[in-house]
Amino acid sequence: MRIGYYPGCSLKSSAREYEESVRALCAALDLELVEIPDWNCCGASSAHVMSADLALGLRTRNLAQAEAAGLDEVLTPCAACFSHLAEARMELADNPNKRQEVADFIGLPYSGRVRVLNVLAVLDRYRDRIAAKVKNPFRYKVACYYGCLLVRPPEVVQFDRPENPQSMDRLLEAVGAKPIPWACKTECCGASFSVTRTDVVANLSGRIVADAVKRNAAAIVVACPMCQSNLDLRRPEINQQLEQEHGIPVLYITQALGLALGIDPQQLGLQRHLVPVELPEPEPEVVTADDDDDDD
Amino acid sequence: MNRSLENAKKTTSLASQIQAATGIALHHCYQCGKCAAGCPVADTMDLPSCQVLRLLQYESPEFDRQVLQSEAIWLCLSCETCHTRCPQDIGTPKVMNFLRGEAMRLRLAHPRSKDTQAFHHAFLGSVGRHGRLYEIGMLMGYKLRTGHLLKDMALGSKLHEKGKLNLLPHAIEDKAALKRLFKQTLNNPDSKE
Ligand code: SF4
Ligand code: SF4
Repeated sequence: MRIGYYPGCSLKSSAREYEESVRALCAALDLELVEIPDWNCCGASSAHVMSADLALGLRTRNLAQAEAAGLDEVLTPCAACFSHLAEARMELADNPNKRQEVADFIGLPYSGRVRVLNVLAVLDRYRDRIAAKVKNPFRYKVACYYGCLLVRPPEVVQFDRPENPQSMDRLLEAVGAKPIPWACKTECCGASFSVTRTDVVANLSGRIVADAVKRNAAAIVVACPMCQSNLDLRRPEINQQLEQEHGIPVLYITQALGLALGIDPQQLGLQRHLVPVELPEPEPEVVTADDDDDDD
Repeated sequence: MNRSLENAKKTTSLASQIQAATGIALHHCYQCGKCAAGCPVADTMDLPSCQVLRLLQYESPEFDRQVLQSEAIWLCLSCETCHTRCPQDIGTPKVMNFLRGEAMRLRLAHPRSKDTQAFHHAFLGSVGRHGRLYEIGMLMGYKLRTGHLLKDMALGSKLHEKGKLNLLPHAIEDKAALKRLFKQTLNNPDSKE
């Protein structure tokens, strides 16, 4: 199988290990990634503040480049890029005039054919294959953290449930993990405020870390570079805010699944995390639903 | 007020501009407060999101100005919680985005939004030059604009150690297309540098 691939800027720099683990996992699943030729930044949260048309143009140029390359679907692992591309596609879907205007801005034809998929949606298709390839069952309690933009707003993402999503839980169950029930699945981590309002990030991400720790998760699992960096790179600020030293690691879903499939941790980029990825002893083989949901 | 004045007000109010630009009809908001109840930063906002919308509903120059000068519009994280839960499907994050742009354009933005504005400028400057974000360049630009020269220095060297920073920008090939796009869509020329 082949699928289009939009890495976005962070996967080429500060979230390099996300790209490394996406590539390693897809290779193990025989899914070939075709990077969109000459892709550009989606504009993140900044373009839209300056000009809605600029934001729409930046996003649509990537979709148009994917079309020109003959792609039908584009995997977009960054949740923010995913939401921005999907939103552009939706905005132009029933608006031929706007579509033409944007096509003129970017100097490329755009028909709206390409679908935008997040990493969970793509991996969900491979769940059986993933389960069949497990070498080292990932027998840990995990806090599945979806954050905002994978599941909201529903009409843009067209994916899972907005309040209590299940796709990541199912994937991790397929490799032996036990997703914990917790309160922060879709709470906001502070998003793009990492640099400008670190205090807001420490506060919001602190609640997420504290809840995961309180419910005895061995790791928080994410599918977004912004969530990962707020929970991992900003851990010193979080710990300061909580006045505790929390060492719970924050893994990308592709890293957790990759470990279960026996992929080399280096290849998954685990050494690039700031909070060291140290997992406790795995849970005993049979974990029943009611054994140890301690609520201390 | 005579009719023509009334009409002038209706076409220049923020609410009517928002409807023209985004299609969002603010009078559909019936002030249930569900949006602010789930907003992760409502407690730090000088105006919770539902109050922002309420003030805009009056379409009065005075309240419009109050909204543009508020800090709340700069604290919105675009987390989409309010929008997802709103029984009237009001796209509040889009409204907030529009308001930030207007506040900047009219130079009414809250003083504590300076860093955020500098961040957006530095970010877009980088994307305009290279087509992709060049993180070091963007952060340098941000530091120079804000004077926060020493913030996150330790984090920067850690990132470098972990191989997470590119020392040089990775530019796209068709930079001319990007330049054209920026030129055609930005009415504010100095947001480009
Ligand atoms: S939830 Fe919707 S209708 Fe209710 S106050 Fe907020 S914006 Fe208005
Ligand atoms: S999108 Fe903004 S206003 Fe709405 S809940 Fe999130 S932070 Fe609050």
